[in-house]
Amino acid sequence: MIHWLLDVELATALAAGLLCLIAGFLGRTPNDLVMGAIALVALELIVQVVVAIVAPLAGNPPSGSLLEYWMYLVGALLLPLIGMGWALIDRSRWSVVVLGAIGLAVAVMLYRMGIIWFVQGA
Amino acid sequence: MSEPRRSVTDRLAAAAPAVGRVGVLVVLVAVYAVLVMAALGRSIFQIVDHFGKAPVAITISAGSAVVYIVAMVALIIHRGVWYRVAWVTVCVEFAGVLIVGFITTLSPDALGTGSGNAFGDTSTVWTVFGQGYWFVPAVLPLAGMWWLRRHPVRAVAR
Repeated sequence: MIHWLLDVELATALAAGLLCLIAGFLGRTPNDLVMGAIALVALELIVQVVVAIVAPLAGNPPSGSLLEYWMYLVGALLLPLIGMGWALIDRSRWSVVVLGAIGLAVAVMLYRMGIIWFVQGA
Repeated sequence: MSEPRRSVTDRLAAAAPAVGRVGVLVVLVAVYAVLVMAALGRSIFQIVDHFGKAPVAITISAGSAVVYIVAMVALIIHRGVWYRVAWVTVCVEFAGVLIVGFITTLSPDALGTGSGNAFGDTSTVWTVFGQGYWFVPAVLPLAGMWWLRRHPVRAVAR
């Protein structure tokens, strides 16, 4: 695992989550800014999937449970994808609030993934 | 006479089906969905990986996942009998987080070794009032009750 990459992903998810929450409560409906922010989060999680596949093979195994790690990663990747799909169907401000909640949830899950990889069992 | 430039979101949305306005309920359901994923994922992992370590706590963990799933479905439908189901599951959820919260806080090993540690591998989403989830599990049933009170079934059925 690459520590700084996880930090970048966590910061992105946190920033995108806060941006969407603020935009949603200000009454913005889904637009390219908020969708782009969450799309970036999803893209970085796809990068994380690749890293998580390669890292153990390259002699960089997690200190904790790999199964638990993957359950978090798959869940974290599904959230922004489902949220963006929903935002296209329900084009109200509440979809943007949902995107915000998803961004924050992904941030927490990334934090937890960092704990599992670097701290748990070490 | 060219059309005004449309955003990517607009063009994608044009291809998606539309739904009626559901307002703030969608936020509530979305947070429920995240907790369903958390409780379900957590309990499946616990059962597969180390059920014997704390059978009671892990069974409660799985039970909480079921409660969250039923509550979420009931809130989505929220008509007829489902309105009542929503009330029952939300109340069970609130009772669960209070009871499990008190037990795990006052007697950390009562439900199995280490089950009072909200960040441990035998915790539930309700352990120490949902501490491992920023206490969202303690607040969410109250939000559910608030929404159900504000939207009695008669007004919804119209």
